[in-house]
Parts: sequence; structure tokens; C-alpha cells
Amino acid sequence: MQTHDKPQLKAEARNLNFYYGQTQALKNINMPIYDKKVTALIGPSGCGKSTYLRSFNRMHDLYPGNRYEGEIRFFPDNSNLLSADVDPIEVRMRVGMVFQKPNPFPKTIYENVAYGLRVRGEKNKRILDEKVENALRGAAIWDEVKDRLQDLAPNLSGGQQQRLCIARALATDPELLLFDEPTSALDPIATGAIEELVHELKTRVTILIVTHNMQQAARVSDYTAYMYLGEMIEFGKTDEIFIKPQDKRTEDYITGRMG
Amino acid sequence: MNHAMSVNSASDLHQVSDRLAHNAMRHVSERIIEMLLFAAAAVSVLTTVGIVYVLVSESIHFFQHVPLIDFLTDTQWTPLFDDAHYGIMVLISGTLVSSGVALSVAIPMGTIIAIYLSEFANPKVREVAKPVLELLGGIPTIVFGYFALLIVTPLLQKIFPELPGFSLLSAGLVMGIMIVPYIASLSEDAMRAVPMSMREGSYAMGATKLYTAIHVVVPAAISGLAASYILGISRAVGETMILAVAAGMQPNLTWNPMEPAATITSYIVQVALGDLPHGSIGYQTIFAAGLTLLLITLMFNIAGQWLRRRYREAY
Repeated sequence: MQTHDKPQLKAEARNLNFYYGQTQALKNINMPIYDKKVTALIGPSGCGKSTYLRSFNRMHDLYPGNRYEGEIRFFPDNSNLLSADVDPIEVRMRVGMVFQKPNPFPKTIYENVAYGLRVRGEKNKRILDEKVENALRGAAIWDEVKDRLQDLAPNLSGGQQQRLCIARALATDPELLLFDEPTSALDPIATGAIEELVHELKTRVTILIVTHNMQQAARVSDYTAYMYLGEMIEFGKTDEIFIKPQDKRTEDYITGRMG
Repeated sequence: MNHAMSVNSASDLHQVSDRLAHNAMRHVSERIIEMLLFAAAAVSVLTTVGIVYVLVSESIHFFQHVPLIDFLTDTQWTPLFDDAHYGIMVLISGTLVSSGVALSVAIPMGTIIAIYLSEFANPKVREVAKPVLELLGGIPTIVFGYFALLIVTPLLQKIFPELPGFSLLSAGLVMGIMIVPYIASLSEDAMRAVPMSMREGSYAMGATKLYTAIHVVVPAAISGLAASYILGISRAVGETMILAVAAGMQPNLTWNPMEPAATITSYIVQVALGDLPHGSIGYQTIFAAGLTLLLITLMFNIAGQWLRRRYREAY
């Protein structure tokens, strides 16, 4: 890349391979994640983009038979997130995640947002109140819920639930925020709100977002990676990827000839 | 060609073609099946109605002799003595104390086992442990009764030398062990029904397995847990043989589990096996006692229904 102010690295995949039992799901992935930028992962279903995303917070450790090879370097520590010496819980303390389907806990709105803080042992009511409010403001949902923080979160609408999940992830000030197709279960208006939010959040946090929606990738991201059959086909600035992709397969996917 | 003709003739307008007419055979067989299904449902409903009818009608005779206020407030239960007293609280206290002991074992143990099986155990352990646990629920209660009397009571007497040979404590503890599998199995089903996405949400926040189990999985499964506890309570209140064998059958108004006492159920067994003449007031006491038992379990079931509605989780 011939950029003038080259952005800083937040993380970098180096020769990353991943196996579900015998099946290899990721093949030798090398890719930078730039600090305070939005990076979109696109590709057809089953191409491994969610698998790749879930490697960043070691979600695969929850299930037996999964195996990583290679490295995900995390900066500024410059340590390998996948190393056996690294505690997955410590990784998840610093890398937040928002899921495909909104998954609020069966608790009040307030307790959902305070969850990560309580996990980290925060007990001071004043600090909790303040961080919950900031997170809800950050997720652009404060005005809608400020008068009913003690209502149960599962009673919110789908779009509100997803923004609540974003607030939940933001409350603990993650350095990297993973989005796994966050709008696939939402209507266009709620989707618009989430996209706008992603755009605002990148001043605070590095974002990696998996999406099925090409327009969404074009709208929200600074960098885009195209994956196919577990391989990283092409990575570059979003404008460049969408205007003149270097690889025929990327072009076919983006123009809708495949996928 | 036939078609064109039938449209033209006015009389055919009211006729339905053979292919669309009612199928008489199918209609009849559907009706028969429906009646059979209804009959099956009716048998169970009628049985319940019959039981309630017998309990209530016999109890009415009983309450013509014994005022309800005496029944509820008298502190003695001596229906077979010359100086007869009919204080049901005596039997209720035995029932509640033994159930309390049983549930204070069964609810914590059952819940802990369920959390372990659903959140921590690897699938191989679960596949073996759950059927074995459920087998425990299949042991006849009379076996549990003698286990209490011959093994648990002597063991307890080593800890509490003043414990008598029959006690609510010993019977209640063993009853608790008997109820554990019901609670563990139902609670585990409820917790496993909590979607994985909810656990992942918690793990992604940096929570440990235990924190996730306590703060996310248990609250999400609370209506199922409540249902399993209610079933456990019903089992405890209605349990008969363990108490008849190991708790002694002396009517004894006590809240101390270290004493022997009769419960509603063990009293009914005692009288039903005796040779009291039908229609005597002594014989009718078992219907009054049975009605009381029915009302207690009904109360817990209603409380359980209410709890389930109150905490139903929409995920």
C-alpha cells in the first residue's frame, strides 16, 4: 500500500490455519487489522469468515476438537493471541464481540450492560451507573431506554436488542470489537442505525465486521478482505477492492456472478 | 363433453360431482377415532373427578362430627382413642418437617448436579451419568425406607447419639436422595434448552464457565428449574413408604426433625391397613387427611404454575 500516513497495526494474522477436527476451515491466512479502522470480511457462505472472526476472541476454545495453527499477533503487546500460554478469558476481556442474532441475557437492560463490568469485579454503584450510561449513549440507545433501565432486555425490539448488545460490548472498553453479521436479523431501518453506529465507533475502537451484504461492506469499512473456501483471496482498501479488484474471483463475487 | 352438458342443465347446478362429494366412509372412521380419543381423555378426567368426589363426600360426613375449627387447631391427633382428638396440624407438621428436610437435600444437590451435567461434564460423562442418575429414581421407595431405617439411622446415631430409632431426619434425608434425580434430570433438560448463543454472549464478555452458569444459564432456565422444584415438593409431600418405615407412626406435633412423627401419608397407610369398620368416624379420618394432602399439593402446583408464568423466558 502506498498510503501517506500508514495506519498502525492492531492485530495481524500470520500463516493462520484452523481445523474443526479433521476439516481445515482456514488456510494460511495472512492479513493486517489496522488500529481504529473498520475492516470488513466478505465472501460466500461457508468461506470461513466467521471462523476467522471467532479466532480473535478464542471462541473456538469452547468446543472440543478445534485446533489453531499459526499466529494472530495482537498489538501493542505484540503477543500471539492463539498461544497456549495466553488465557482465552484475558483475550475476551480486551476483544469484544457482537453476534449475528441479538443475544441479550434474561436480565434487565441495566444488568445486561453492567454484565462485563461485574465480570471484571466492578462493584461501585456510581462507576457502574456512569459506565452503563456511557455505553448506552455510545450505542445510540440511551434516549430510548433511559426511563426503563429496569425492564427486561428480551422485551426490546430486535434492533434495540442488537444495539443493547453493542452497548454491552462497549461498556468494558474493548480494544478490538468483532461483529459477526450484526444486521442479518434486522430490518433496513435498524440496519441503518447499526451501520451509522459502526461508523461512529471507529474513532474509539478497532472494528472487524463479517457481512454478507456487499453494500454494507462498501458503506462502513475502510478495508475489505475477500475470503473464499478458507483462503484469503484479496485484501485492500475498500475503495480499491470494490472499484478495481485484482483477483478475478473477487470481481466475480462483488459483481454478483458468484456466491 | 360431459362437462358442457352438466353446466347447461339447470337441475345439475345443485349436484356435486362424485369426486367432490362427502366421503361417507372417511367421515364415519374420523368420528370413531375422535370418539376413541375423547374416551381416553375422559377416563383420566373422570378418575380425577371421582377421587375428588369420594374424598369430599366422605369428608363431609367427617366434618358433621368434627368441627372444622377443631380439625385445624387441635394439637392432638388421637382418632382411635376413647378421648378422640382430630388435630390435623399434628400430621401436617410431620409432613412439612420431613419434606423440608428432604428438599433441603434435594434442591441444592439436584441443582448442582444439573449445573455440572449441563455446563461442565464432557458429553461422555453425561451420557453415562444421566441414565445412572435416573435409575436412582426407579428404585422402589420401600427399599429407600429400609435403607433409611437400617443404614442411615445408625450412621446418624453415631453423630447424634440421642437420635431415636425412628426419626423425621433420617427418613427426610433419604427421601431427599430419592428426589435428587427428578430435580437433577428436569433441571438439566431446562438448562440444556438455553440456546448456545446466550452462553457465547457471556463467554465473549470474559466470563468463566461458573459465572456464565450462575448468571446467565440459571436465570434463563428458571421456569424449568421452578417446575422441577415443584415436582420435587409434590413427591416429598406425597411420599409414603419411606416415612411409614423409618419415621415412626406416632402422631406427634413437632417441628423438630430429630423426633419421630406420623405424616399424613403414613397415617393413611396405618389406618387403611387396620381393621376399622367402614363408615366409622375413625375410618373417615383418612378421607379428611387425604383431602388435606390433596389441597397441599394443589397449592404447590398452583404456586408452580404462577412461578412459571411469572418467569417465563422468551428466547
